[in-house]
Amino acid sequence: MSILVDQQTRLLVQGIAAPEGLTYVEHMIAAGSPIVAGVTFGQGGTWCGSMPVFDTVREAVQATDANAAVICVRGSEAAEAIFEAADARLTLIVCVPAEVPVRDMVLVKAHLKGTPVRLIGPGSSGVCSPGKCNVGIIPGYIVRSGSVGIVSRSGSLAYEVTWLLTQAGLGQSTVLSIGGGMIVGSGFAEILAMFEDDPATEEVVLIGEIGGQEEEMAARFVADRMTKPVVALITGQTAPPGRQMGHAAAVIEELAGTAQHKTEMLQKAGVRVARYADELPTLLEERM
Amino acid sequence: MRLHEYQAKRILSQFGVPVPRGQVATSVSEVRQIAERLGTRVVLKAQVLTGGRGRGGGIRLANDVSEAERIASQMFGMEVNGYIASKLLVDEAVEIEQEVYLAITVNGLGYGYHSPGQPAIVASARGGFEISDLAQGAPEEAYVREIDPLLGLREYQARELAYNVGLGREQSQQFASAAMGLWNAFWAEDATLVEANPLVVCPNGELVSLNARMTIDDDALFRHPELSDLRDESQEAATERLARRHGIHYVRLGGKVGCLSNGAGLAMATMDLLRLHGVRAGSFIDIGIGAQTAKVIVGLRLARNGSASAVLVNIFGGLTRCDEVARGILAAYEELDLSIPLVVRLEGTNKEAGMALLAQNPGRHGQARLYTAEPLADAVQQVAAVMQANGGQ
Repeated sequence: MSILVDQQTRLLVQGIAAPEGLTYVEHMIAAGSPIVAGVTFGQGGTWCGSMPVFDTVREAVQATDANAAVICVRGSEAAEAIFEAADARLTLIVCVPAEVPVRDMVLVKAHLKGTPVRLIGPGSSGVCSPGKCNVGIIPGYIVRSGSVGIVSRSGSLAYEVTWLLTQAGLGQSTVLSIGGGMIVGSGFAEILAMFEDDPATEEVVLIGEIGGQEEEMAARFVADRMTKPVVALITGQTAPPGRQMGHAAAVIEELAGTAQHKTEMLQKAGVRVARYADELPTLLEERM
Repeated sequence: MRLHEYQAKRILSQFGVPVPRGQVATSVSEVRQIAERLGTRVVLKAQVLTGGRGRGGGIRLANDVSEAERIASQMFGMEVNGYIASKLLVDEAVEIEQEVYLAITVNGLGYGYHSPGQPAIVASARGGFEISDLAQGAPEEAYVREIDPLLGLREYQARELAYNVGLGREQSQQFASAAMGLWNAFWAEDATLVEANPLVVCPNGELVSLNARMTIDDDALFRHPELSDLRDESQEAATERLARRHGIHYVRLGGKVGCLSNGAGLAMATMDLLRLHGVRAGSFIDIGIGAQTAKVIVGLRLARNGSASAVLVNIFGGLTRCDEVARGILAAYEELDLSIPLVVRLEGTNKEAGMALLAQNPGRHGQARLYTAEPLADAVQQVAAVMQANGGQ
């Protein structure tokens, strides 16, 4: 098994005919994503390669039995796409664009609360269960099937760590990034809970960063509920306070949100925290 | 985008939040005119986009018009925390009986294991309260109410907060009305933070917000062209402006190695790893996902800026293509005077094509020294070696 995506995933691309969408789609096809349909309003009835394009998500789902959506529209239009996908009963939505307005995300969170819809992102580079399904823009060659779950705020740092693990012979059950925004659809703790319940995952790598509270919530979850070993990396150890480091949430406010504080919280919960990425494979092997 | 105090006050007062009478000035003569018109003691406040203005001498009281003129002439052009004051807000001075803190933000607190994502209103009876105090959980003196975005702030929530912070019945109604104004401004203008701090009770019983802070969500500016016009580019360094216009995240740091990556997490990890090797990064540059040649060139211009004596390019491409980055690097050699060593690590999409492009162009550019290295650990060691050869930091 794995989490979120597997052989049963039938993917629909929202924004397939938009200029941004096309770039994503080329990449996803190269990486082996199971795309069954695309949606761009006004382009219904056309084809994008071998994939039929529909005007609405509802139509696409009826015609193709798609069960997951990847959103490739601009950030300014992403909330609309999320609402449309949720309304068509898609239970997994991966939002790749990062620049989604906070107010839109507040409404998205309020609307999805209590529904079975699982939103990953905004700002997620994707979700990949090696050998089964790769949704989003994670390079296909860096993953390898195995038992390590990887969850990261950052996309490209997830690639780095995945590649290090793969080279060390440590395969992955599922790799994903949750995004670096102030509001994300699914947080670390929610993903840890899924890895905890997944029989194919034996240990978890958590890649956090300064700012926000995702790492603190993850530490609480690990202390309370997690039985599988977790190792972590927290970046931004050398970031200056008060400056936003690219991701909207990556700001050290006074003494809170520092890499040190997050590291201590995780360590108290029994998580081994690496000083840098190259240490992660060794820490994992020691845990096995 | 953080607004100036005078801009925030103007917006908040349009939403019914009481603010002192006052006006912004760009010259000493304007200060005199405003002070004459107000006819009271005035407070002169440097309009700089930083906190701690009071401690930095950026807020001063003047008893009369001539004193206001004298102080203003000292304040124009002054530097507060590295920001130059080219505008002063001239407000009527207000007597303070009681002061409270009031703000609306998103993600004040994360509850349980669920990722936060609701707006919250925060009040405190403690003067000098900082919103960042909430980051480690609610301190005793903070009262937080989550706001259901589908309902908006309700008046009863605001009235409860008024009692929590110890306001009397008369002020509670005013407080509730100010809180509603704050919420309406927050929601309508796509703010991520609005603060009325301190919100004070005057001797006549009136409530007024002596200071105001407002941060607008950059990702929502497309909905607010009138707010985009409020950006004060004089408060940005030229390099920051260049970065923003090209959609690059850039932070200048203290060290001597320019540091360029795709993705914020990878960029931070690169800085951290450099430091472990005894090298301090001179800049944090995140060119985002799917960057084209032109963006890479601007990134490199920022990376070699200032006192950089080497540049590390660390790319792990997903949507970003390594060959595109390599083209950007080669073009940068043509366009910029890149005489400092450049260490490049390329991994991910189209890596081979990117490496081939760089290999075809060794030593073509005079003094330029272009090193490729992999994995990242080796690239960082290469940078450390280059810096040592340069005579250390």
